[in-house]
Amino acid sequence: MSSYQLDLLSNLGINILLALSVYCPMATGQLSIGNAGFMAIGAYVSAILTVHLHLALFPSLIIGGITAGIIGVIVGFPALRLKGIFLAMATLGFGEIVRNFFMNFLTPLTGGAYGFRGIGSIPISISWIWGWVAFFLLFFFFLSRSRVGLAMMAAHDDETVSELIGIHIVLLKVSAFGVGAFIAGVAGGLYAHYYLYIEPEFFNVWESIHMVLYVIMGGMLTFWGGVLGAGIFTLLPEFLRFLLDWRGAFFGIAIIGLMIARPSGLITREMLRVSFWTPYRKGVKL
Amino acid sequence: MFIQQLINGIMLGSTYSLIAIAFTLLMGILNMLNFAIGEVFMLGAIFGLTFIHLGLSFHLALPLAMICTGASCLVIERFSFRPLRNAPPLVPLLSTIGFSILFQNITVNLWGSERSQFPPWMEPINISVGPVLFSLTQGVILALSILLMIALDLFIQRTRIGRGMRAVAESLETASILGVDFNRIILMTFFVSGSLAGAAGILFGLSFSIVSPFMGMEPGIKGIAAMIVGGMGNVRGAIVGGMFIGIIEVLSVGYLGSAARDFAVYGLLFLALLLRPQGILGVIQPEKERI
Repeated sequence: MSSYQLDLLSNLGINILLALSVYCPMATGQLSIGNAGFMAIGAYVSAILTVHLHLALFPSLIIGGITAGIIGVIVGFPALRLKGIFLAMATLGFGEIVRNFFMNFLTPLTGGAYGFRGIGSIPISISWIWGWVAFFLLFFFFLSRSRVGLAMMAAHDDETVSELIGIHIVLLKVSAFGVGAFIAGVAGGLYAHYYLYIEPEFFNVWESIHMVLYVIMGGMLTFWGGVLGAGIFTLLPEFLRFLLDWRGAFFGIAIIGLMIARPSGLITREMLRVSFWTPYRKGVKL
Repeated sequence: MFIQQLINGIMLGSTYSLIAIAFTLLMGILNMLNFAIGEVFMLGAIFGLTFIHLGLSFHLALPLAMICTGASCLVIERFSFRPLRNAPPLVPLLSTIGFSILFQNITVNLWGSERSQFPPWMEPINISVGPVLFSLTQGVILALSILLMIALDLFIQRTRIGRGMRAVAESLETASILGVDFNRIILMTFFVSGSLAGAAGILFGLSFSIVSPFMGMEPGIKGIAAMIVGGMGNVRGAIVGGMFIGIIEVLSVGYLGSAARDFAVYGLLFLALLLRPQGILGVIQPEKERI
C-alpha cells in the first residue's frame, strides 16, 4: 500500500473510534461536544508515558484511556443533572478547559502551544489502530445484543419509564460517559503515536463537532451509524478533491440537506431490524 | 487600575451581550440553539468592512450590514428551522453547524483567509475621566451597543411584533389559535437575531481591529456562555451575562495572567451550568416571562 492509502486507512480507523466514543454516551441520551478534550487527555498522557517514562506503547495507551475514562466519570456525574443543549454546552466548556490546560500547563513535558514533538521515531503500524477498532466494534456488537444494550436503548427513549422498570439510570449513564471517554482517550493515544506530533490546537471545538457529526450523519441509534458516518466523512473529501477550496461549502450543504432528508441519520433502527443481525425479536415493536 | 479594567471588561462584555441576545432570542422564543450565530457575527464584520471599502460611510455600513446578516439568518430559518420543526431539538442545532461550515468556507473563498482591519473611524481622541482612560471610538461603540439593547428591549415590550414574539415564546399553538401570524413572528425573530449578531461583529471589528473568517468561533462560544450564565431565553439575563463574562475575562487576564483567561470563562460556564442552570436572573424573572 502507498503511504497515502495507509494514512487514509489509519485516519479512518481513528475516526471510527472517535465516532464510537461519541455514540456511547449518545446511546443513553447524552450529547457530548467535549470529546476532543478526552482525546487530548489520552494523547498527552500516553505520549508523556512513552517519551518521558519510556513505557511500552500498549500500557501507555491503556493508561491514557483510563485517565480519560476516570475524568469522564468525574465529569459524567455532575453532567447527569443536565440535558440536551445544556449538557452539550457543559461538555463544550470542559473540552475548552482541557485544551487550555495543555496549552498552559505541563509545558516542560509537552511543549505547550509549540506542540509536542518527537513522540517516537517511526509511526505505529496500522494494525494497532485497526486492532482497537475491531475490539471496540466487537464490544459494541455484543453490547447491542445484551441486556445492557437494551437498557441503554430504553434510557435513550424514555428515562423516566426505564427508571420505573428498574434500570439503574445513574450507573448506566455515568458508565456510558466513562466508556466513551475511554475510547476517545485510546483514539487520542493512537493519534499521537501515529502522527508523532500533537499540539493543543488539534483538539479544539471543531474536532469535537466533527465527531458528533459522524454519529449524527450515520445514525445516532446504532453504532453502525457512527462507523458509516466516520467512513463518509473521511473518504468523501478524497473523492471531492475536484471541488478544491469549496469542499467545506459542499460539506456544509451536505449536512443541511441530510438533516432535512433524514433527521435521524442514514442508518435507523428500523433498517437494522429487518436484517439478520437484529437483536430484537420479530414483531416486537420497540 | 481596577476601574480601568472594569471599563475594559464592560467594553468587551457589550459585544458578548449582543451575541448572547442573538442566541437567547431564538432560544427563548423558538427553543433553538443557532450555532451559526458566531459565523453570522463574522459576516457582520466582513459585510461592514466590504461596504466601507466600497466607499460608504460607517453610518450607512452598519445598518446595511445588519440587514445583510439578518437576511442570512432568514436563509438559516428556511433550511435549518422550518423543515425541522417537528424533529428532535438537537437536529436543528446540528443543521446550523452545517451553516457555520458553509458560511466560513464561502467567506474564506471569496474574501481570503488573511486578517484585515477597519480603517480608523474617528479621530484618535482619548477621553480621561479621573483615572480612567478610553478612546472616543470605544465610548461610541459602547454607547451604540447599549442603544441597540435598549431598542431591542423596547421592541419586545412595546410593539405589536414584540408582543407576538412573547406570545409565541409562551406557546406556539396557543399563539396561533389566538390569531398571531407565527410564521411572520418566527422570521422576524431570526432577522432581529441575525442583525444583532452582525452589529456585534462590526463593533467588535472596530474596537479590536481584527476581521477574519475565523473570528466568529470564540466570541460565539462566549456568547453561548453568556446566555447560559445570564439565564437562557432571557434578554436582560443575556445582557448581564455578557457583561459578566467580559469583566471576568479582562480581570482574569489583568490579575492572573493570560493563561487564566479561558479557564475563568469556561470554568464559570461549567460551574454556572452545574450550580445555577437557571442563570443569574433565573429567579428574579418568573418562568412565564421567557424573554
